[in-house]
Amino acid sequence: MSAVTDAARSVAPAPAPGGSLGQSVRDSLVVAKRNLIRMTRIPEMILFGIIQPVMFVVMFTYVFGGSMQIGSTTDPDVYKNFLMAGIFAQTVTFATAGSAAGIADDMQKGLVDRFRSLPMARGAVLTGRTVADLVQTAITLLVLAVVALLVGWRTGSAEPTNAARVLAAFGLLLLLGYAFTWIGALIGLSVRTPEAATSGGIIWLFPVTFISNAFVDSSQMTPWLRHIAEWNPFSATVQACRVLFGNPGVVESSAWPMQHPVWASVIWSVLIIVAFRTLAVRKYRKADG
Amino acid sequence: MPGAIYAEGLVKTFGDVRALDGVDLDVPEGTVLGLLGPNGAGKTTAVRCLTTLLRPDSGKAVVAGIDVLKHPNEVRRSIGLSGQFAAVDEYLTGRENLHMVGQLYQMRAKQAKVRAVELLEQFNLTEAADRTAKTYSGGMRRRLDLAAALVVSPPVMFMDEPTTGLDPRNRQQLWEVIKQLVSGGTTLLLTTQYLEEADHLAHDICVVDHGKVIARGTSDQLKARTGGERVEVVVHDREHIATAAEVLRGFGKGETTVEDHTRRLTVPVSGGAKLLAEVIRELDARGIEIDDIGLRRPTLDDVFLSLTGHLAEQKDAENGESADTEGLKRSKGSKRKKEADK
Repeated sequence: MSAVTDAARSVAPAPAPGGSLGQSVRDSLVVAKRNLIRMTRIPEMILFGIIQPVMFVVMFTYVFGGSMQIGSTTDPDVYKNFLMAGIFAQTVTFATAGSAAGIADDMQKGLVDRFRSLPMARGAVLTGRTVADLVQTAITLLVLAVVALLVGWRTGSAEPTNAARVLAAFGLLLLLGYAFTWIGALIGLSVRTPEAATSGGIIWLFPVTFISNAFVDSSQMTPWLRHIAEWNPFSATVQACRVLFGNPGVVESSAWPMQHPVWASVIWSVLIIVAFRTLAVRKYRKADG
Repeated sequence: MPGAIYAEGLVKTFGDVRALDGVDLDVPEGTVLGLLGPNGAGKTTAVRCLTTLLRPDSGKAVVAGIDVLKHPNEVRRSIGLSGQFAAVDEYLTGRENLHMVGQLYQMRAKQAKVRAVELLEQFNLTEAADRTAKTYSGGMRRRLDLAAALVVSPPVMFMDEPTTGLDPRNRQQLWEVIKQLVSGGTTLLLTTQYLEEADHLAHDICVVDHGKVIARGTSDQLKARTGGERVEVVVHDREHIATAAEVLRGFGKGETTVEDHTRRLTVPVSGGAKLLAEVIRELDARGIEIDDIGLRRPTLDDVFLSLTGHLAEQKDAENGESADTEGLKRSKGSKRKKEADK
């Protein structure tokens, strides 16, 4: 065996200079690939990730549709078209739990220790994770959009729109989902077990997604709740999607994010990414396991 | 000139627990240092500080000639770490695991693939190469983990309890792998709570307890500190115990200990095999039938006992086994610490 070791030593690489952007991108892709391979080996994870929002689509459409007032109507068809932007947005934020659990699992299994002992780019483990989660979010969103079409969702149902605007809406949704996975990364690094990460990654999402314009017309809320809903980062993306999809229920409001929802959505998401990426990477570097 | 692994006055506290309390180490190039101690002694914390995973509160550490605190990323290029838990991705195949680690050591993709094949061969995992690590046995996972630590054939290796949880056969196999590795010139720091393991693999041994190195030396030097050899006799008949004890007292240099239920008598002696023959003759002359007799050299267990006043294994049982709870467990052990310190 020593002969093999000696031979190996001679082919050992001259280490590339660390810290460059190229290395960061390359290392992140290596980690992302690893997480994507894992995903294909645990297909039930993707499956459950899809079933839950599909259930929401069906239940909200058929149970709540007809008793919800959007603007001045309770027409179930209007609610259906109103609803989808909200469900899509909620679905992308729920990716948070997956990121949190995945990173907590890597911590618990000692993989984070291994990664931290390697001469790799510092943020790559987390970036690789969030990028892989983004791919999963995109797949989930695609399936969900097809289900939405099947139950009767139509773009341009209230205002005319076009393919570019619809794609832009999906772009905003993915950006929001990506931002929230960084929150998940921080949660995953902060808790002790994957189980805690799963619940910790999801509990706070209920108030965030329900105190918003996602499922009800926020203009009908009590004023103080309405203010919270309108400045909720999550609401900006929902409003932007309704505008771009040409769907009903766009809130008339004096709040800046409701007047400029596309900009607000982009700004909120970028702010979340910058803030939580900074915190998460700092925590990862210091992770004392 | 300091060795391949050098540490001076390492201190690391977690809350008010001093996990490392001024540890000095010096491992010459190409040798193996065994860090021996019970759970919670600070072994893992020491390894984590030396492998850049943890920043010590104070002290100095140099690995492969590079200052660990000033240039952690350069250190990472020169070390391999095999931690307490086999840190492999269980949903990836053996090959994929090694390929990934190679790339993260900044090898080119192709080079990493070639190296993965070599390592799978070397660690006897070729047949299992394309199965997910989830299907591997404990021993196979350990071998894969070790292979991952060796991807770039680093000059300095750290192994934190490499054989914990393995059955005797797998442990033996892993020992062979480690010996071959060291014969190739790698400097190794190995932690273990198995005294036998340190005896078997390490050139030098540091005994650690409560964050301090309480003894260091070669295995022989440490054994010499416990004061030489003993004669152990197991008599056949319980009634002969008293007479046998009387005989042994005549030869011994110290107190004779008697275990009634096993009919075992032990006495420290000097004089080796010649003396043993005399003991046998004398016992025979008095008509005492014996089941077993032998000259026992001190084990590292004896060393540990004489250094700390408690057995390593007893302490393990009390202290549990989780490394995460090291701090907590140590504070529970503070009463024993006082005993050991005096």
